[in-house]
Formats: sequence, structure tokens, C-alpha cells
Amino acid sequence: MIRRAVPLALRTLVREWHSGELSIVLLALTVAVAALTGVGFLVSRIGAAVDLQANEVLAADLRLESTRPIGPRYVDEARQRGLQVVESTGLLSVVFQGDESQLSNLRAVTAGYPLRGQVMLADTAFGQSSPAADIPAPGEAWPESKLLAAIGAEVGSELAIGAARFKVTRVLITRPDQGATFADLAPSILINAADLPATQLIQPGSRVSYAMLFAGAPTAVQSLRDWLDVAKTPSERLLDISESTPQIKTAIDRAGRFLSLASLVAVLLCAIAVAMAARRYVQRHLDSVALMKTLGASRAFTLTVSLLQLLLIGLVAALIGSLLGFAAQAGLVVVLKDLLKGELPPADWAPVWIGFLTAIAILAGFALPPLLQLSRTPALRVLRRDVGPPPLLVMLAFGPAVAAVLFLIYWVVRDVPIFLGFTLGLTAFLALLALVGWLLVRFTNSMRGGVGVAWRYGIANLGRRRIESVVQLTAFGCGIMVLLLLAVVRNDLLSDWRKSLPSDIPNYFFINIPPEERTAFVEFLRERGAQTSRALPMIRARLTGINGRGVEDTPFADARGQGFANREQNITWTRELGPDNQIVAGRWFADDDVGKALVSISTEFQEALGLVLGDRLEFDVAGETFEATVSSVRKVKWDSFQPNFFLVFPPGPLDGTAGTWMTSAYFHPTSSRSLAELVRRFPSVSVFDLDDLLVQVRSVIDKAALAVQSVFLFTLLAGLVVLLAAVQASRDERRYESAMLRTLGANRRTVQQGILAEFATLGVLSGLLAAVGASIAGFFIARHVLNVPYSPDPWVWLIGVVGGGLLVATAGWLATRSVVNQPPLVTLRGG
Amino acid sequence: MKSDIVLKAENLTKQVTSPEGPLTILRDVSFDIYAGESVAIVGASGAGKSTLLALLAGLDTPSAGRVMLAGIDVTNLDEDGRAKLRAERVGFVFQSFHLVQSLTALENVMLPLELAGRRDARPAALDTCERVGLASRTGHYPRQLSGGEQQRVAIARAFVTQPAVLFADEPTGNLDTVTGEKIVSLLFELNANSRTTLVLVTHDRELARRCSRILELSGGELLPEQAVA
Ligand SMILES: Nc1ncnc2c1ncn2[C@@H]1O[C@H](COP(=O)(O)OP(=O)(O)OP(=O)(O)O)[C@@H](O)[C@H]1O
Ligand SMILES: [Mg+2]
Repeated sequence: MIRRAVPLALRTLVREWHSGELSIVLLALTVAVAALTGVGFLVSRIGAAVDLQANEVLAADLRLESTRPIGPRYVDEARQRGLQVVESTGLLSVVFQGDESQLSNLRAVTAGYPLRGQVMLADTAFGQSSPAADIPAPGEAWPESKLLAAIGAEVGSELAIGAARFKVTRVLITRPDQGATFADLAPSILINAADLPATQLIQPGSRVSYAMLFAGAPTAVQSLRDWLDVAKTPSERLLDISESTPQIKTAIDRAGRFLSLASLVAVLLCAIAVAMAARRYVQRHLDSVALMKTLGASRAFTLTVSLLQLLLIGLVAALIGSLLGFAAQAGLVVVLKDLLKGELPPADWAPVWIGFLTAIAILAGFALPPLLQLSRTPALRVLRRDVGPPPLLVMLAFGPAVAAVLFLIYWVVRDVPIFLGFTLGLTAFLALLALVGWLLVRFTNSMRGGVGVAWRYGIANLGRRRIESVVQLTAFGCGIMVLLLLAVVRNDLLSDWRKSLPSDIPNYFFINIPPEERTAFVEFLRERGAQTSRALPMIRARLTGINGRGVEDTPFADARGQGFANREQNITWTRELGPDNQIVAGRWFADDDVGKALVSISTEFQEALGLVLGDRLEFDVAGETFEATVSSVRKVKWDSFQPNFFLVFPPGPLDGTAGTWMTSAYFHPTSSRSLAELVRRFPSVSVFDLDDLLVQVRSVIDKAALAVQSVFLFTLLAGLVVLLAAVQASRDERRYESAMLRTLGANRRTVQQGILAEFATLGVLSGLLAAVGASIAGFFIARHVLNVPYSPDPWVWLIGVVGGGLLVATAGWLATRSVVNQPPLVTLRGG
Repeated sequence: MKSDIVLKAENLTKQVTSPEGPLTILRDVSFDIYAGESVAIVGASGAGKSTLLALLAGLDTPSAGRVMLAGIDVTNLDEDGRAKLRAERVGFVFQSFHLVQSLTALENVMLPLELAGRRDARPAALDTCERVGLASRTGHYPRQLSGGEQQRVAIARAFVTQPAVLFADEPTGNLDTVTGEKIVSLLFELNANSRTTLVLVTHDRELARRCSRILELSGGELLPEQAVA
């Protein structure tokens, strides 16, 4: 049967094309597939890039460390697998210039270092940095700013390290593997490995750390890792990053799911267009199915023919959509280039499956039920026009559609609470739009007594096709709303958010301030005109137990929770609650809480570990066990760039610990001399430059907004597809009416005005609806995402109503023009 | 020539439920039609002609009684079985031509052959198109053809399978007199040349008289048969 159905399906497909429904199905599916795959590609590439970036912390994909020299046979093994290898040897040594000296972390590296990430260099201490192209030449040294400041050296100075002398040619700003930033106290100095013997620093008994760095294709790295696991000596330590950055992975995952959800809205709109087109397809094919049956076709055969056509369209749409998605993603990557720093790894092909699955799911959910019904058309219809297929059971008509939508949503989020939340939220939102739309249609319809004939005709059309009108209103409403969110609300929200970031937010962090130098340090900053923020004490602590149960025995569903439980982190104690902290549960420390074993935790900490007020947390602080009860939860605005901590204790219990102090300050870009002076006066203080980070954060916000925008563009496209589908669906009816009106004596202009009036009304109502939606969405984004007060924008209403009216009127008019232009005779003769 | 019965109606009754209660639109209709005959079914509008035709062709099922088509009990078959029987034994011509708009004239004629799985669909269809005088129009789509031409396509499509019975419901109803006359002549010519049995529903007494027999329906009942002059 398939053999007979295929040629017929193909042959009629070619002709069917002109009647429009199939091209609408193709268009709708293509847009849906492009939306989902575009996001899929982008997320998979960024995910891969994050893996690579994470590896920068190692300056390699794989790193072997040892306190003894590492044998050359590993190098051979790595080279055989096509991997790059470099070596890095480190030891603590005193660096001299004249009488001045400073204990430093000497790193001698071979050519090619670093394999991942970049060494950043400047020409002056604390100067503007740029990436290094090479490693230091023999005889050259690249010391850190702080080291130069400590010994009063500069570029061009000559330094003595052990028995050798080096010339300072550049200043080291950062290197990728400088380690856990807060812990490395001694400043680094980078030299060429060839110079190491001349220093004569490596003697029996000296403490040297040897590292061998590998990088290359993931499979080759994996193979070397497997080999090393067996071959390495017990004193050699193998490091790779993949297990140690679960939070980043989770964040990317979340962002990806959010974008996919956003693109699902476009997918849903497209599904509506498919359903509309399928309905018209059924209407138009009742006769031909009855005829085929009369001529001897079985029900299965007629079903097979239309299914084959649909399947073919689905496949083509999935292909084109995936290509478009890929192109959209590639375009986005170009735009996001400087944000992503360097080349992104290529996309994997998994999103193509998403594309095919989407197309199939939409077809199965939205087109299959009407087709099944179509195949039930009795042959008798050839004699009696009023016989049609038996009505579909409600379950059958909507069941598959609902199932397909739920399947897609779940498949994108894969998380029951988010799934439920999104589904309910979306249903509620769409229901609200539909309700408002319905009221608007009713209200408009009741006004038609007071307008001219053309308008009356147009508005009557809206009222007569009421369900279609509401569906269209909702669809255009969604599309225009998205546009408003992008054009107006986004700008408002972003500038509000930017305004909420002061221009003098701290650009330097200072840590390791000894308690006894704290007052002098803050005073020093103030004298130099640097605006300081609060200074807080700080010490490292590790969470060891929750409510008397060891964290090792506690399973955490949340990867971030696992991270909190496993790693040491910085804690502080203070009586003051910063303005960038907001208590969301419990209460902040009162005066008589001072000295009590209490702790205030941040919302992130609370969520990741699933804590509640009153939980007892056990910490290891500098080897001593310390217990505290959760007394409040704080929402922290991390982007204030003030010192902030997940865990804050009241003053008292930790006063006696060997903590140091930290603060942040804003230094004008020209005050690098003050900074050099500061480092000389307070040699133990570590300085962190945030300027780069800040610029990056700002551009991340902008670029992320762009990514979201492009996804929403698909939604607008989908809205237009719905418009096309709706016009298509009413085309025959319109053609007939227009012919009737003209036969009755209406001229072409009156009919045109009527149609224009209809679409303009539809557009204005959609614009109104969109403005309502955009205001609600804007309010939520302002309050709950950006945490800025919401200020309504009148432009949303104006642009929504005028723009919506123009957009829909133009699109609708263009789509129906041919209907009006056809001579009435042709229509009435049934041509 | 009263040899083999090709179509047999036995006590056919059709009842439908209407808003005013059950309605009998065909009551206890019985007759035999022999191979090669041409039979006209006549009667006033609403007499039940189309209903009878639908039952005879297996497009609908009777409330009581049965239909034997080429020795097979149509009423015992399921929908797909009846479709198969139609594909093999039955041809149709309708008042409103019922062509597939998305297929060319030739493709419309090929359709029943293809549905029956015949491999020689194209040459057979071309041959039939020629016989109905459409040789130069085979590549046209229905909407590019005049009413008479469309009906010729429909006739070619009906005859192409060399059916045992050809049913026609008001085949000239949508055509002017001259064109209608040509179409009728064509029908009878093909009927004569191919030993196909012709069952024709018509309002047109003239047309009916050209048939070998007339069955007259009135209010759903078959009137006693009169011999045709
Ligand atoms: N399914 C049905 N439900 C209700 N009434 C029906 C149904 N089928 C047929 N009828 C009625 O039965 C009667 C006979 O219908 P039929 O179509 O057979 O008439 P006809 O003789 O072909 O008329 P015409 O010459 O106008 O085509 C009509 O009154 C019609 O309305
Ligand atoms: Mg009739």
C-alpha cells in the first residue's frame, strides 16, 4: 500500500503547495525547529567553551604534579597521542634588587606555556595588560607588580635570583594557574626553564614543585589520563577540572533551559499555526477523501497519503529549521565574540535531534488528530454534501496536542518543579490573554452599530469568527508583547539596572590585611582619596556537619550544595548589615546577639543545602570545631562589588581566631602610583583588580540580553506565521464573501476598507493585549529578576496600539489582497 | 440477453433518524439488473433516487435488505471491503464532476487504476482519454477545463477500470443541453461498446427513455415497472 501511496502523495503534494496550508505547516515547523535548535546549538557550544575555560585554571587539560622531577617517558606517551606538553617548575625563593628583597614564587616554564588560558603582561606595574605571545626569553624575568613595588624595581631593572641575574622585560599581571587566588601570598615571577640550572637553586632537600601540563583533543586527553592513572607513581598527583566545577555547569545548564523555555513559546505559537492549517487542510480534503474512497481507496490508504505528505514536510522543515537554527547560532556567536573570549568549540549535533523531535511532536499532536478524522469521511459524501466525518472526541482532539506540548516542555526542562511552574504559568498567562481578548472582541462587536458600512463589515467579521479572532489576538498579542518587551521595556529595565550600579563601585579588593594594620590601612586609603567601603574580618572555614550529622554522610541533590559542603570558604563576622543585604527570613543580629553562636546565611547557601532557620551548622575553623544556629537568611546583591559573604557570624565567637581583614575601594584609573606605594607600605596585603571584571560583567549583561532577544525574535516570527495561517484558513470564506458583496453592488474599495478595518481592529486589540502583557512581564522582571523598582512606561501602550494596528493591518491586508482582486465571477463559478 | 444478474436489490429499506423522529426514505425496494443493461432511476426530487444509488454502490448501508453486486453481498462487507469492490467493479459519474483539483486530467483518470495497484495505469488512462475525445487536454488541471470537458474526464475515469457497473447521478445536471447531449451520447456509446451495465439517476424523461429500463421511485417506494417503448 505504501508503494502505491508514495507516488500519489508526492504528486498531489506538488499541486497542494499552491493552496497554502502545506506551506504554512512547513513555515511553522521550520520556525519552531529553528527556535529550538538555534538555542540548543548555542548552549552546547557555550557549555563546551566553559569546560575549556575551566581548564584554564590548570593552564592545561590535564596536569600532573609532583615534588620530584617527572620522568621524560610521560612526554613520549603524550606526544604519541598527539598532545602538547609543557613543564612548569616552581619554588619559593628570595628575589633581590640591590639591598631590597622579597620572598617570591619562582615559576620556570618551557616554551608553549600556558596550554590553556593566557599570561597577561603589562609594561608598568599595575599597568594596562595584554596577552603574552611567548614565554620569557633566557635571561629575562617577568615579575608581578607587587614584587616590583616591594623591591622598588621597574621594567629594565636587574634582579638577582640565586646565582643568576635577570633583566625585567615585562610585568606579570596574571597567569592562568596562579592557584586559589586568596591563598597564594608570595608574588610570582616567571622565567624561562632554560635559566633554572644557572640559579643553582635546586639542591637536594629544597622544596620544589614540578608540574607537567598536557592539552589536546578530548579523546587523546582521556586516553593519556587512563594510561597515567596506572603508570604514575604514588607521589604524582593527577589534576583535571571536570569534576571540580559543577556550579558552572549547573549555571550553564540553567541558562540553557531558560532560553529553551523562551523558545518554546515560539514553538507553541507555531503549533497553533499548524493546527489552524491542518483544520483547513481537512476542510478542503473532505471531498477528495470521499472521492478516493468512492474510487476504491481504503481508509488506511487515504490516511497514508496525507501522513506521508505531512511527514515529508516535517522532515524538510526539520532540516531547513536546523540549518536556520545553526546559522542563527553562528550569527549570535559572532556578536557574542568578545564576550566569549576567543573561538568557541564547534557545536555538537545533538540539537538536530531536538529539531526532528519537535517537528514530529508538533505534527503528532496538532496535525494527526484532524488527519485521522479526515480519513473517516464517508464515501457517501460524494452524493450528499452534508455528510462529514463523525466529530472527534474531545479527548482525541486535544489530548495529543496537550500531550505533545507537555512532552516538549518536560523534555526541555527535565525538572518536575520547573516543569509544573512553567506549564501552570504559561497556561495562566495564555488563559488571561485569551480572556481579555474575548472580552475585547465582545466589546468591539457591540460597538459596530455606530460605525460606517466598511467598519461594520470588518468588525462583524471579527465577531463572527470569534474563536479564530481570540486565537489570533492571543497569538499576535504574544508576538507584539515580546517586541515591546524587547524594544521598550528592556531598555527601561536595563537603564534602571545600570543606574542602580553606582559609577564609583569598588574596582580594587584588598585582602590579608593584618588586624593590627587595619586602621592604618583604611586611613592610608582615605588619605589617597580612594573611596573605601566597609572593612570586614575574614577567615577560612569548612562546613563539617548539619544538625549533628556529618556532611560526608549527607547526600546533596544540588551540585552547588555538594560544593559548599566540600570546600573551604571565607566567612566573616560583623554587627553591621550592608545596604546590599536584605533579610528574607529570621532577623539580623541584635545587640544582645553579640557573642552568641548564631549565623546568617545567604539565600544561595540556604537553597543549595536546603537549610531552614534553626538548623545547627558545624564548622571547622583553623582546626577547631565551632557550632552555630541559623538565625537569618540574607538576599545578597553580589553585583555591588562590596565585600560579601555567604556566611556571616555575630562579633564575639570568632574574635580570637587568626583572621585577617578585607575591604574594597574605588581607585581612579590614574592612581597606579598610590597603589605601588600602598603595596610597599603594606607588603602582606594582596591586591585584586576588578576593573576588567566589571567591564566584563557589563558586557555580559548586554550580550546576554541580546541572546534572549534573538530567541524572542523567533516568537515574533511565530506570531506572524499564525497570522498567515489564520488568513489562509478564512481565505475561501473571504473570497466568497467578497464576491457576494461585489455582486450586491459594493465596489472594490468598500470591500478593501472592510478588510483593512477588520485587521486594523484586530491589530489594535492585539496591541492593547500586548501592552497589558508587557506591563505584567516587565513588572515581574523588574521586581523579581533585576531587583529594581518598576516604573511603568506610557510608550508601551502607544507603540503597542499604534504599532500593532499598523503591523497586523499591513500583514493581513497583504495576505488577503488577492482575494479582493479576484473578479467575482471566477469565485462564484467555484474556480 | 437476460443472462446473468449483475446487480440485485432485495427488500432494500433505508431509515434515518431526523429531528422529527425516524424517517423511512426508502421502503422495501427490490429489483434485478442484468449485465449490459442500461437502467434509468427516475422520480421527483426527494423521492430517494440518490439514496438508492448510494446503497447499490455500497457507499451507504441499508437499514434492511441486501445488495448483491457481481455475485457479492455488498451489505456483508465492511467499509474497506466495499471500497475494494468498488475499485474492481464499479465506476461513477456525478452531477458535480468531483475531480481531484490537484491532479491533471490524465492523473485523475489514472487514479482508480493506481488505487487498484495496476502497473499499466498511464497507457490505459491515455487510451481512455482518447476515447472520450480528451487527447489534447490530458495535461490540464480541472479548473482549466470547461464543464463538459470536466465531465468527460469523469467519464473516462469511470470507464478506465472497465467496471461491471457504472453509476451516474444526474450526469448532465450541471451542463447545458447541447453539451449534456454529447455527454449522454458518450455514455451510451461506451456502455454499448464495453458491456458495462449503466445505472443512471435522472430527472430528464428524454434521457430516461434512451435507457433499456426505467425504475421509478415515488416517496421512497418503487412503482411497478413499465416496458420502455
Ligand atoms: N441522512 C438523512 N437524514 C435525513 N434525511 C435524509 C437523509 N438522507 C436522505 N434524506 C432525505 O430523504 C429524501 C430522499 O433523498 P435523496 O437524496 O435520495 O433524494 P433524490 O431523489 O436524490 O432527490 P433529488 O432529485 O433532489 O436529488 C430527501 O427528502 C432527503 O432529505
Ligand atoms: Mg439526488
